[in-house]
Amino acid sequence: MELYQELTKDVRFAEGLNSCMNCGVCTAICPAAEFYDYDPRIITSIVQSKDNKKIEELLKSETIWYCGECMSCKTRCPRGNTPGLIIMALRSLSQDLGCFTESEKGRQQLAIKRVIGENIVYRGYCVLPENLVPELHPEQGPVGEWIYKNKEAVYERVGANYNGEGEGALRKIPKKSLDEIYRIFEITGGFDRFDKIEHFSKIKAESMGFQEDKDDYSDYVNHIYTTNSGKHSRQ
Amino acid sequence: MKREGKIQVWQDYQKEIADDHYFYVRSCIRQNFFPGSEQTFLKILRTELGKDIYENPHHTTCSGIGYHSDVVPFDTIQTIVARQFALMTEAGYKNLAVSCITSFGIYNEIIETWKEFPVELEKVRNFLKKATGREFEVPQNVAHASDVVYKFRNDIAARKKYSLINQHTGEPLKIVEHIGCHYSKMFPSKGVGGAEFPHVLVGMIESWGGEVIDYPERRHCCGFGFRQYLVMSNRGYSISNSRKKFESMEPYKPDAILCNCPGCPMFLDRWQYVIEEMEGKIYGQNGQGIPVLTYEELAGLVLGYDPWDLGLQMHQTNVEPLLEKIGIRYNPDLKYAGKDGEMIGKPIMVGCGC
Repeated sequence: MELYQELTKDVRFAEGLNSCMNCGVCTAICPAAEFYDYDPRIITSIVQSKDNKKIEELLKSETIWYCGECMSCKTRCPRGNTPGLIIMALRSLSQDLGCFTESEKGRQQLAIKRVIGENIVYRGYCVLPENLVPELHPEQGPVGEWIYKNKEAVYERVGANYNGEGEGALRKIPKKSLDEIYRIFEITGGFDRFDKIEHFSKIKAESMGFQEDKDDYSDYVNHIYTTNSGKHSRQ
Repeated sequence: MKREGKIQVWQDYQKEIADDHYFYVRSCIRQNFFPGSEQTFLKILRTELGKDIYENPHHTTCSGIGYHSDVVPFDTIQTIVARQFALMTEAGYKNLAVSCITSFGIYNEIIETWKEFPVELEKVRNFLKKATGREFEVPQNVAHASDVVYKFRNDIAARKKYSLINQHTGEPLKIVEHIGCHYSKMFPSKGVGGAEFPHVLVGMIESWGGEVIDYPERRHCCGFGFRQYLVMSNRGYSISNSRKKFESMEPYKPDAILCNCPGCPMFLDRWQYVIEEMEGKIYGQNGQGIPVLTYEELAGLVLGYDPWDLGLQMHQTNVEPLLEKIGIRYNPDLKYAGKDGEMIGKPIMVGCGC
């Protein structure tokens, strides 16, 4: 498969890569490059080379998962490139081909799909108060824990309509609307993406010694959600 | 609009913002962390300014957090966005008012994609028709909710009960602002002041009596980074970027941080608590953290709304130092009370500002 040709089928790639002169301004402005061992200039250069082997290495790498998609690079590039969009195209192809499970950061896609992806389809929101379990979100602090334990009363106090009918913050999304979102996922390839993430993740989980359990590889999900090898930063 | 003088010189940095009749779309993050802000936005528009703003209960997430953490394909988010536009079209509205910066960036990205790649628009029309039977028109005007408050900032100032003046010194309060990256870094022409000179929050602060403080890392990302916060083992990225901003703003002794993004105020609020826990470092004055506010919360305070109606009790970093500087009267005993004044528990405070 000619990977460069595959990338060009993504309009974000067509929009994101015009002609890079390797000036490195994107790297200079990039919050990820400051924290991780990450360099969007090099990624853009590799992709521009059309070298199939090197692009395949990128798809299996840690590095394409370091970007935070803040798109600060878009503003600064003097040639109108957007490395952040190139990253999005690379990540999509990495998931389509199953390459994402070859990296610690890529494997995290399963955890994101299981929470954010399924929230979108089945609840109509990306995030929900129920997700903010204090043990998983210690950064939310005592106030976050207080909100979590008193969700109904706190949200009612500030005028939200938590799980209620009609309009308002955190309202229950009507079934008819959720059915439409479900159909959109069916028709546009949303569920194909989900299925590929699940399929390739399960193969990887078993190769790493994790067993299928009643919660569908929950030990593996917990592992990818919490594991950090400590080998990602510049230090 | 005829453009003259400075307006002409700065024409690339101006933005048309609809005057009335908005179709409102909510933010997932803000509904969780700052639901009082969305409530306040609607109250100000409807009650104070007499504007027509409509919310359809059938609108959903735009799926933006899923898109920017790469589990939602582009075709899927385009069609979900098209569905929001269909609801707007069916309700007879042409002006979109967007609560979320991620969504705002996505709406702009998709509309611009459709202009540049018309085949994408046709594809999405077919997807939506097949999935839902719906059809849509592209909005005539897309404004972020902060654009709308900016547009009416002087009308709000005319109704204000409090000014952003330090009651103890008589000096303007020193406020640093933080603009969400997706507000104008991707499409500078879609934001007031563009990416280089964002004026949307500056205009509010100055109109309401405060002073904007510049600081070196003013335009640096808060560190959300989507997957970099969503996954527990990546959160070092998130806190490190917020810390970089705190270190940069600290020497200027800001009285508050003002944000127009859903995630940014949550991170700049919560990470102050975490940094204090981890390093014992406090960035505000007198052993207190720096209060972090949304623009609706600040507008609500200026208009004299009760701080606990605004939802300021949902902040981890205490806001009381700012309330006291402005001279706002509030009842501390009701901070953690429920709707009818009943106590609903209390956080065991150990972090910033206690």
